[in-house]
Amino acid sequence: MKTREKQYKMEVSNYSFLEGGFLVSTIVAKNVSKSFGKKEVLTAIDLTVNRGEIYGLIGPSGSGKTTLVKILVGMDSDFSGEVTVLNQPMPNMSALPHIGYMAQSDALYQELTGEENLQFFASLYELKKTERKERIMYAAELVQLTPHLSKKVMAYSGGMKRRLSLAIALIHNPEILVLDEPTVGIDPELRLSIWGELTRLKQAGKTIVVTTHVMDEAEKCDRLAMVREGKIITSGSPAELKQQYGAVDLENVFVKAGGKRG
Amino acid sequence: MRTIAVVKRIFQQMVRDKRTLGLMFVAPLFILTLFHFLFTENTEVHPKLGVVHVDTAIVNELKKKDIDVVAYEKVGDVKKRMVNDRLDGFMEMSDNDIHLTFENADPSKAKALQVKIQQTIAKEAAKQQKTAMEKALQAIQQQLPIPLKIEQPKSPAIHTAYVYGNKDTSFFDTLSPILVGYFVFFFVFLIAGIALLRERTIGTLERLLATPIRRHEIVFGYLLGYGTFAVIQTLIVVFFAVKVLDITLVGSLWHVIVINLLLALVALSLGILLSAFAHSEFQMMQFIPVVIIPQIFFAGILPVDEMADWLQAIAKIMPMYYGGDALKNVMYKGMELSDIRTDLLALCSFAVIFVTLNIFALKKHRKL
Repeated sequence: MKTREKQYKMEVSNYSFLEGGFLVSTIVAKNVSKSFGKKEVLTAIDLTVNRGEIYGLIGPSGSGKTTLVKILVGMDSDFSGEVTVLNQPMPNMSALPHIGYMAQSDALYQELTGEENLQFFASLYELKKTERKERIMYAAELVQLTPHLSKKVMAYSGGMKRRLSLAIALIHNPEILVLDEPTVGIDPELRLSIWGELTRLKQAGKTIVVTTHVMDEAEKCDRLAMVREGKIITSGSPAELKQQYGAVDLENVFVKAGGKRG
Repeated sequence: MRTIAVVKRIFQQMVRDKRTLGLMFVAPLFILTLFHFLFTENTEVHPKLGVVHVDTAIVNELKKKDIDVVAYEKVGDVKKRMVNDRLDGFMEMSDNDIHLTFENADPSKAKALQVKIQQTIAKEAAKQQKTAMEKALQAIQQQLPIPLKIEQPKSPAIHTAYVYGNKDTSFFDTLSPILVGYFVFFFVFLIAGIALLRERTIGTLERLLATPIRRHEIVFGYLLGYGTFAVIQTLIVVFFAVKVLDITLVGSLWHVIVINLLLALVALSLGILLSAFAHSEFQMMQFIPVVIIPQIFFAGILPVDEMADWLQAIAKIMPMYYGGDALKNVMYKGMELSDIRTDLLALCSFAVIFVTLNIFALKKHRKL
């Protein structure tokens, strides 16, 4: 736990103020739409994510969450509207080093060990040797993969792969974390500990965007956007939403909000 | 250096994948060795010729030409007899006519046999003519008052020399330079293409493009990473061909390596480029009949300058056309690099074009 705390302090001290001074809103999307051919998959999405909060994108699979997330991290430039991350219009090469992204499918090198995967991504962010070592230790410890680092990814279980993907997203200590379905296939205990770490990271001033279709995870977000058929049907904090729709839980909010529009 | 990170990762992956390494380093040697023995270790097969009513003089001449002659009293159905007795040809003489029948399952064998028979018959006819002439001359001379001296014509001795190769040069000697280059081209194309394709399908390529790596860093990383293995493969194949199989090498070994490296670079960049247009390993394999096999036709095994104009035009867009020409010129004809600079320049241009296209092809994934 001691090292964890030291690490945590290091993150706070590393806290960087980017060009443009102190930013409250680190991710801003305005009127974002996207179509695949004639099919519109995102329609006029507006959202603002602030420093130090966990923002949840909730919706069923196929609702456009992943498409939206890819636009936010600058992997997709084929959209209309405007996205800025850390005050820079996306897609933008200079914003990429500050974004940590965990894809929905585990994009890992199967022949390599967990550690080699981490090493590889760390070197893409051009971390110095000592920092690289520290970060690999930290990230592996966080997702409880330290004893499995020397195993080939081929031999990993689905949950272990998910955890390694998360560790890779964290490897360069990014300002912004975008996690696409981070806890699928992870056991409840570890899920809890990952959410605990996300909370710590947010307190350290990180911006975190999480997509999920699990409603109890949505409860843990500071603010949410409910996504259906490429549209944000409603957004706000979990408490606000429940109050607004007079619902007992978020599932109910989703049904009511969706019903009202649809 | 992100490029170096990509190179390092490729090394780690390749070293783990023993079978792919084996395919790259051992398979070309295996095929080359097989080819070598196929072309050099031929057992002489004597054609079998059935004859009926043929002069013993002609039969003896035929035997001298390594033809197994089987004499028959009478034949009946010639074709049936040939099939039953597994004859390659049949010769029948009646009065002044000769009837030849060939089995012709292998046209080139039938042609060779036909030539031998015709030579024998012509020689025999010339011989008979000569004796007849001599007799006639003698008769004339006896009637003359003073004997006439006739000089016997002597047939000239033939001395043969070769610009390239020697009298023992076989087809394999001109074929092998092309094969060496072709294997390098084929294996490098396949392995690099499938490697990048897998990055696309597994999603790691997309994942890479969420990091600050630049597109050209990925392309150069691939070129350097797989390029290194292509270099090792080239060295192994060339040394094996020259030192173990004793393939004719008149020019410099280093020139051969330079040409093969250029070929490998072209194959590498072409492979990763085409992988952008495939959605699975299976689709990548489909490029083999379309892109790789036709190269061998234009690599110089079949003479390109005897092809129809439009085929020659196609040859000009095939990297192996230049590679094959350069290799043949160096290995068989002993030319210098300056003699083959057009070929080298063409290969360099292919590589530059493919590499540039690769950097643009990645735009599909990320515009920056």
